[in-house]
Order: sequence, then structure tokens, then C-alpha cells
Amino acid sequence: MLKAKTFVKKTKQGNIIKVVREHYLRDDLSCGSLLCKGCPNLMPAKLAQQQKAESSLVPASHYLVIDTNVALHQIDFLEDPNITDVIVLQTVLQEVRHLNDSLYKRIRTIVEDGKKRFYVMCNEHHRSTYIDREPNESSNDRNDRAIRVATAWYEGHLKNLGVGVVLLTNDRDNRDKAIKAGLKAYQVVEYVKSLKGCANLVDHLSHEGGAKDTTGAAGDRKMMYEEHVSLYQVKQGIKSNRYYQGKFEASRENYLEGYVSCHAFDKQVIIRGLKHLNRAVHEDVVAVEIFPKSQWVGSSSTVQLDDSVAAEDEDLNQMPATAESAYIRPTGRVVGIIKRNWRNYCGVLLPTSNTDNVRHIFVPSEKRIPRIRIETRQAATLMSHRIVVSIDCWPRSSRYPLGHFVRDIGPLGDRETEEEVLLLEHDIPHLPFSQSVLDCLPKLPWSIADYEFVLREDLRHLCVCSVDPPGCTDIDDALHFRKLGNGNAEVGVHIADLSYFVRPGSALDLEAQKRGTSVYLCDKRIDMVPDVLSSNLCSLRSNEDRLAFSAIFEMTPDGQIVNRKFCKTVIRSVASLTYAEAQILIDDTNRVDPLSEGLRGLNELAKKLKQQRIEAGALTLASPEVRFHIDSETHDPIGIETKELKETNSMIEEFMLLANCEVARYIEKAFPQCAVLRRHPSPPLSNFDLLVNAAAVKGVKVSCSSNRELAYSLEHADVPGDPFFNILLRIVSTRCMMQAVYFCSGMLPEEEYFHYGLAVPCYTHFTSPIRRYPDLLVHRLLAASVGYDKTYTELLDRNKVHEWCENLNYRHHQAQLVQRSSIALHTQLYFKEKCLDEDAYILFVRRNAIVVLVRRYGLESTIFLKSDKQSNVEFNYEEEKCKLTIGKVTLQMFDRVIVQISVEDCSIQHRKLRMKLVNPIIPGVSVEPIYVTLGKDDHLPKPDSLKPS
Amino acid sequence: MASEILSAEGLRCDGRRPQEMRKLKCELGISEGADGSALVEQGYTKVLVSVFGPHECANRNTRNHERAIISCSYNLASFGSAIRKKKMNSDKKSTEVGVMIQNTFEAAVMLEKFPKSQIDIYVQVLQGDGGERCVAINATTLALINAGIPMKDYVCACAATVYQDSVLLDINNLEESSRGPLFMLAVMPRTESIVQLQLDHRLHNDHLDKVVKETIQGCRDIQVLLDRQVKEWTVEAAAAYDIKPRV
Repeated sequence: MLKAKTFVKKTKQGNIIKVVREHYLRDDLSCGSLLCKGCPNLMPAKLAQQQKAESSLVPASHYLVIDTNVALHQIDFLEDPNITDVIVLQTVLQEVRHLNDSLYKRIRTIVEDGKKRFYVMCNEHHRSTYIDREPNESSNDRNDRAIRVATAWYEGHLKNLGVGVVLLTNDRDNRDKAIKAGLKAYQVVEYVKSLKGCANLVDHLSHEGGAKDTTGAAGDRKMMYEEHVSLYQVKQGIKSNRYYQGKFEASRENYLEGYVSCHAFDKQVIIRGLKHLNRAVHEDVVAVEIFPKSQWVGSSSTVQLDDSVAAEDEDLNQMPATAESAYIRPTGRVVGIIKRNWRNYCGVLLPTSNTDNVRHIFVPSEKRIPRIRIETRQAATLMSHRIVVSIDCWPRSSRYPLGHFVRDIGPLGDRETEEEVLLLEHDIPHLPFSQSVLDCLPKLPWSIADYEFVLREDLRHLCVCSVDPPGCTDIDDALHFRKLGNGNAEVGVHIADLSYFVRPGSALDLEAQKRGTSVYLCDKRIDMVPDVLSSNLCSLRSNEDRLAFSAIFEMTPDGQIVNRKFCKTVIRSVASLTYAEAQILIDDTNRVDPLSEGLRGLNELAKKLKQQRIEAGALTLASPEVRFHIDSETHDPIGIETKELKETNSMIEEFMLLANCEVARYIEKAFPQCAVLRRHPSPPLSNFDLLVNAAAVKGVKVSCSSNRELAYSLEHADVPGDPFFNILLRIVSTRCMMQAVYFCSGMLPEEEYFHYGLAVPCYTHFTSPIRRYPDLLVHRLLAASVGYDKTYTELLDRNKVHEWCENLNYRHHQAQLVQRSSIALHTQLYFKEKCLDEDAYILFVRRNAIVVLVRRYGLESTIFLKSDKQSNVEFNYEEEKCKLTIGKVTLQMFDRVIVQISVEDCSIQHRKLRMKLVNPIIPGVSVEPIYVTLGKDDHLPKPDSLKPS
Repeated sequence: MASEILSAEGLRCDGRRPQEMRKLKCELGISEGADGSALVEQGYTKVLVSVFGPHECANRNTRNHERAIISCSYNLASFGSAIRKKKMNSDKKSTEVGVMIQNTFEAAVMLEKFPKSQIDIYVQVLQGDGGERCVAINATTLALINAGIPMKDYVCACAATVYQDSVLLDINNLEESSRGPLFMLAVMPRTESIVQLQLDHRLHNDHLDKVVKETIQGCRDIQVLLDRQVKEWTVEAAAAYDIKPRV
């Protein structure tokens, strides 16, 4: 049957057009019940005979029908394993998809889960359940009616089978109408409470109704916040420049302050005070109204944590705002929320004496998120646990947002719990691989199929070896070197052939793509692909036949490439060396076996290559890297050191760079529209101001007009007597740069493919497919362009590739952040109950703080300098010269200082590494040195050797 | 609300399954003045075709002594789409479609039977909701039959796109604008010879065989419907002259 769907739509240009679309109604759609024999069987039926959990409210066997609001707000309830046999109507699904895409995806995941028995009923295309919108009926009312009609149809359809249907809706009007029509309809809370054996499920319910109730009974409760302006008014306001749109960022230090970045202003707009923040939560997109210029203030630069539970009228007078004209920023207030970006938050319950109480306050571990009021009956067990909570709403009358309990992670302070919190807070997919992913793996024992030898080149006779850090199990690169008759040398870069195992579109591929990268925490690795592949079948282990993708170059003795070839191969590595072992083989000139000779040859070539790169303008940057010695049993850190770089590190790096550059050139030519490349934009010159100023103070001139000049001046920047100065300078200049990103070649003009740091016109990642997804894509592209493999649709679709690159950039960034947090967590565990004095250098100088780098551990920390009340010393900050004078002592960038490291418990969930200044001695600011240090290998610092500057 | 092109339940945005065609309605001989005419509706796409000829070739320069020539003009009615367009005299796109239809029928019409003459085809799209070119070809086939011009076979056309590995046949306007490949095929179903094939955007090689196979099936389905209509019309026309046709 054919129906016309007619509606009126407004286009972006503001024209009104009438859209008429066809709408076919079908009679071959099934009801989805396993009991029903009458329905056509085109879609597999799912709904079973019985609900998993018995309800005292509806003792008979029944299916659940949910309305849109339940789907939108009670997702945690729907995800609970006790809730099964639910009919999700198409009307509901479409509305959810329209309103919130991430929720839509979650519901889709539940539907795909066979155990949950959720069935999607296409009621909009079903002949018996389709309804027309009546004149004067709002689209919401029409949808509610459609849900009721579909429920009624189910009731009639299933009557003879002894199964009923129950409509779950929190909308009173809808419920009344349903009951009037003879249907069973309940509130979610009512229904959940009636379920047997699911007492804790009530905690998962969201406060959907709360918001409405309080707005209705406005009179008897005090409103804390002003009402949000409607979305329509916001749009109008933005158009007429009355409001400005921007992303809200709460301040880390002060819960009463937040910033909004608007396009219209150079500086971030500052929002101060609870009232003006008006229920904006970190990362929401908000509309702000700007105050007249006379009311503009600066950031208060004071630290204020939300400790007062009852304090309702925070006075702005408590926070002295900077009124100095130089620091004044546009100031305003939040008038409306354009888009909430709420997620699930990790944290703890605020300890109370009465754990029987149902209402509790939840403190998120992210300081920028406000406290959340939740209801739970399990407070006694959850009290000292890390838990996950989700925000439901923030009514005007409530100081804190209302939320509900989602799940329990584990006891507070436990290393595993804390690690999981890190992973959750950084949005790292870390759950074990699902069965469908594991099904894609080859069966063990595995051996190379015979036909692979036909397709591939057999290079097992070559002397291939790998060089990696100690303890590395995912070896994805190996090298070989041999002299050719004509005086040239042949160098092979062999990369693990993951693309052979991970076929496009398989569950394994999708999972790897979602993860994007392996994440290396201090004592744990979260693999991108399952362990069988990453540390066995793909790892190029010694003395085992392995599949590889090889880039083979013929090079002249002075490092020029005369010939290049990319091919899939079979290799057999003769040795898996560590950097140190390889270094010994190279240095020991008595050894003349092919392996050592090969390494020496590679090393010679690598030096030439490095020279060429540096001449072209490549930068050698530095960043402090920390390595922990982990106790094998307790997994606690017992030692800490900075990573040491050997000549062999640089050797491997050179050949990887070479292979990456060559592959990038090749795939860019083969697929100009859809190659996955990596670019590093050149930073704006103003980024370097700080560096240039700071170096000038030390009497060193740094020129930054091009990467080549910067490399040159960094090479020659030395302060006599301070060998570490050069490294510091490199660390600081790294901070001035932009982030390197993956991109799809067709999306940008060719000039922008440039890689600033490496000074090459085109670059990509090819050499670590086991731990990076982009490399896998590059492998596929390269395999297609040399004729070993076929392309597939998505690989050639540049919009799709662009989308992938965006995700990969995000994952890469998150992985870096979590790595840093993991290091912080371990340092903190290491320094627990320790207190040491250490040598450090000043990296940056701020108005009331210095950022220092402890050289021995590579730790970085901010030291806030505050004078105690008796000795009122004067702070004098000169931004130009990067200089902070306190009393008579001057602190300058790159100065050497001595700091005291200890761990401080500032709150139950934030344990923090705290550093204090010891030397130079500033009365009232610095602390007394300790001469007793813990740990047997720690040396005693000698403060006398340092002169206060 | 932008609905999904193909839902997980296997329904398209208008409720069809991937290989289902839109409702097809056709009528022959509806234009009085023309030698042959047909109106074909596929869903909300509605095309009227009038055929004049074969008549003596008006222009001496284009006249062919061996066979007849076909001229085709294609026009989209200004009221035919969601946004009213200003009428343009020489619209490049329309000219292109005109030439395409002309080429298609030069392969199907037995032109050698009418040397030195000309056949004029006027295509008017009254309503456009996707697949206008295909509907135009189907309507032209009927109009030529209506005009009694001998052809080798019916020419049936069908459009398709590929979405997530499944082929969607007879696509509507919404599906056309989904950035997927736009594939169009005109076939003479009896011999299964392809007369016209057009592809906009990129289609991956892996999908080509599948798309061609499915689309030919779509064309066959259309041919069955057109054939039924032609036979009905023949019976009616014969009845008017009191002749019993052999069907």
C-alpha cells in the first residue's frame, strides 16, 4: 500500500519547501516473537516466552514496549542484563537517532546482542500500525499515539499466545491514554521496583522525571539558577550578536570559574560565579552573553575547590579578581545550553556518617566536573570504591546536577582500579576482545601456507635481524644489509605483515580500527590486535618463518637510493637483539660474522642518512622519557630512570624514517585522492617568542624562521659549563611546535603535506602495523599499488578515509595522554612515603609558579611559590625576560635549582606528587633541605655546589 | 529528519526492501496530437513522452540516405522538483540526457526501414523524484510502440546505487543524493544486451558484477509490466476497430 508522506521543511537559505515522499506500507513484517507462527519469517524472531526477571506487578509473561523518553534517558536500565525481551519501535528508534546519535548507537549495540532479545519492529511501515498525523496534532503527540497503536496491535496479535505487552513510559499523559485504551502501562520506576531479585537496578535509573516536577512546583523551592533561554531564542540571539556560541571549559583550579572560547574574541570569555555559570558543565556547547566592558575582569588565579556542601550564596567578593588592565578579559554569563556533552564520570562518593541514607554526593575524579547528587542503596559497599556515574539532568532548584550510579570499578587506591579509571577517563577501549574478534584469528599451531611461497619472495636465506628495546614482544621491524657486486649496498626494511591476518571489514579489523593504536602503560600494554598476532604470529621473532612486507633499497655508499622495491616476503630473522646488544656487536671490531658486519654497514649508512636529513633541515628534538623498574610480583614500581639513547636507536630510527618517506611518496603517487599520510604543520612564528626570549637571556641567539635555521641554531646553542642546557632548549622548542596529524591526501592541497620536524615533503607511517592502525591502512594501499592485494570500497573513498584519520588522531592523542597519566600514577606510587631533594632545571616561569624538570627522573612538575604570611616578600614577574624576582632572588628560565619531591594527599582521590623549592633559598618561600634520603642508590645532593643566582 | 538509507532491519527510507521497485503506472496514447505517446510514473517520478514521425527529414544537411535519424529533446518542467527552477533555454544537463536517449534508441529502433526520414522524441518530465533518465527511457519505449515504429526489443532502464554492500534498485531522490555511486543501465531484455550504461561517482570494482546483475533483473521486471500494458492497450485499440488481435 502506498502512502504519501508530506511535510514542510525550511532550507538553510530560509526558503520554505514542501516535501512529498513516498511511504510504502508492508504486510510482510513480522512481530518478532518466537511463539508466533503466523508472521512471515523474513527477519529472525527474537522475543522469547518469558522475561528473565519476574515482576510482581505483571506476573504473567509479557514483552516490554518503551517510549522515546525511556530510550533517551534510561539507557543504563536497558543495558542491564536482567532486562530482556523488549520491543523497540521504529518510531522510537528514529526519534532517538535524530536527537542523540551516540545513544542511538548504544541501543543498536543492545539490539545486536543476542542475549538481550531486543527486537526492532518497523511499525512505521507496517500496514496495521501505521497512523497518519491528524490535523492540529503535534508530531510528538502523533509519535506517542503511534507507540500506543503499535502496543495495542501487539496486545491483540499476541493474545492467543498467552503473552502480554507492557508499555513503559514516564509521560503521565501518554500513560493515562494507554490505560484508557485498555493497555498495561507503567512508569519505569514502578516496574523496576516490582522486579524480583533486581533491587540494585533502581540505582541505575535516571532522574528523568525530576526536572519536570521541580519546574512545575516552582513556588515552594528556591530556584538557584536562572532559566535557560530556549534554543530558538539562542539562535536568534547569536544571529543578532547578542549571544555568542562557544565550548565551555571549567577551570581546573577554581570551581567558580570557567572559560568559553568564542570566535568573536581573541581571548577566552571568562565566566565567574555559580549563578553566571548557570549549570554549564565542562565541554558543553553554550551560549553566553557578554557584560559591558566596565564589568570585565581577569582570571582570579586563586585556587578554590568545591568543599562547601551547603554554601549556596557564593560571594564573588571571596574571589579577588585581577583588575589590572593587561589581564582583563571579556566577561559574561551563560544564558543557554546548545549541546550537552555529558559522558560517564569516574569518581568516589563523598564520605558521610550515615551510609543508610539513600541520597549521596558523588565527587568526580576530573576536577572540572561538578559534584553530582545520586541516589543509591548500596552506599555502604560503594563508600571507598571508585564508581562510574552518569548525569541525568540539572534542575534549576538543585545546586548540583542529578545523576545515577552506573557501575562499580573497585576499591580506591588499588593500582588496578586506578589504572582502569585512567583508561575510562581517557576513553580508551580496553575491554578484552570479543568472541567474534577472536574467531577471526588463525588457529594455532600455524604455519605459512604453501601458496604463500608462490606469491611472495622467499628471503629466508638473508641475514635479517631485529633491534628493539629490552623486553619487547611485538617486534614489527627487522633489517638486513648486504654488499652488492657493483659497490652499492642492499638494505631491506622488513615489516610484519599484519594486513595478511587482518582482512578489511572483519570484526577484527573493526575492533583494531576502533582502538587505533596499542596503548603502553607503565606495566601493561593494551593491544590493538589480540596477543596471538601481536606477540606471536606477526612478531618477527628470531629463527621463525614470518610473513613480512619488505621495502628493499639499493644504496650507494654515500647513502643515495638508486633502486627501490616493495614486495611481500617470507623472512627468517637470525637474531632479536636489544639496542645494547647490537651496540656491542658493532663496537667489537674483532667480530667478522655476517650479522655484525651487516650491523656495521647499516650503522655507517644510517650516519650518512642522518647527516643528509639534518642538512635538509630536520630537527632533533628531545622530550624527557621515564622508565620504571616494575616488581614482577607486586607490579609496584621499584626503580625509575630516564631512557638512555644509544647509537643503535638512531640507526633503527633512520631506516624506519627512510622506509616511511619512500612508502609515503609511493602511495601518494598511486592514490593521490585517498592515501593516508602524516603531516606536521610549521608552527606560527609567535609560538617561538618565549624560546627566543629565554635563550637571549642566557646569551644564546635562536633563529626560528625556518626549520633549517632552527635546527642550526639548536645545534650551536651551548652555554659553557652546562651541557644540559642544549637538551633543555630542545625540550622547550618541542613544546612550541604543532601536533603531527594523520590526514587523507585528497583533502588538502599538496603544499600542506609537508612534515616540519622531519623536513620532508611527504611522510606516513608504515613501520609499526602491529601497534598503529594507520600503518595497516598504508600496508593495504601499498599492497594494492604493487599488485599483491585488492582495494576495497572504503579504502578508496576519501571521505571515509578522512573520517578514519580523524578518529586515529583522536585515539593517538588520547593514548599519549593516558601514557602520561600512567607515568604520573607510577611516579606517585614510587615516591609514596619518600621525600628526596633533587637537582632540577626551570623549564618555564609563571607569575606565581615555576615549572621544573627533574633531570634524573625526567619528571616535570609545577611549583607554586607562595610566601607565608609573616615574611611578606615581593613577587616581581617580567614576562619579556622570563624572569621572576622574589625578594632578592631571581628565578629565570633554564636556571638550575634544587627541589624536594614528596607525595601529598590533598584529598581522598587526588594523591599528587608535590615538589617544593629548596635552593635558591628564599626566606618564607623555599623549604628546608633534607639530608636523609630513602632508597639505597639515591645520592645526596650537594646544595653548596649551587650558587643562588 | 534524515532517515537511514538502509536500516539494519533491511528497509529503505520509504519502506521498500533493497531490490524492490517503486510502484509503476503507465498509459499509452494519451496525447492526441502526437503519433505516439506514453505517460510513465515510477513512484513520484512522472514522465510524458510524445513521438512524431517518421516523417521527411526537415533539414537537408542531417538527412541520411541509408536510414532514419532520431532527434530527442528532454525537458524538466519547472514545477517538477521541490524547488521551482527558472526556465532555461539551453540547459546543458537536459541536452546531455537528450543525446543519451537519442543514442539509446538509435541502437534499438530499426532505422534502416525509414531512409531519409526523421523521428522526433519529446520528453517532458512532469515530476522528478529520482531516476528521471530511466523513466524517460521506459516511457520513450512505450511511446515508440504507440507510434507503431518497429524496434528490435523493448528498451528498459533501471537505476541503482550501492550502500554497504547491498544493491538498491530504482532509487528515489533521497537515495540519489546520498553520495553513493549512481548507476544506470538500459537493456534490451530479450537478448540481455546492454544499450546504455552510465555511472556517476565512484563504484568499486568488486561491486560491478553484482550491480549489473541486479540491475538487469530490475530491467526485466520493468519489461514484464510494460509488456502487459502494451498488450492491454492493443486489445483496447483493436476492440475500437472491432478486430480480434492475436495476443
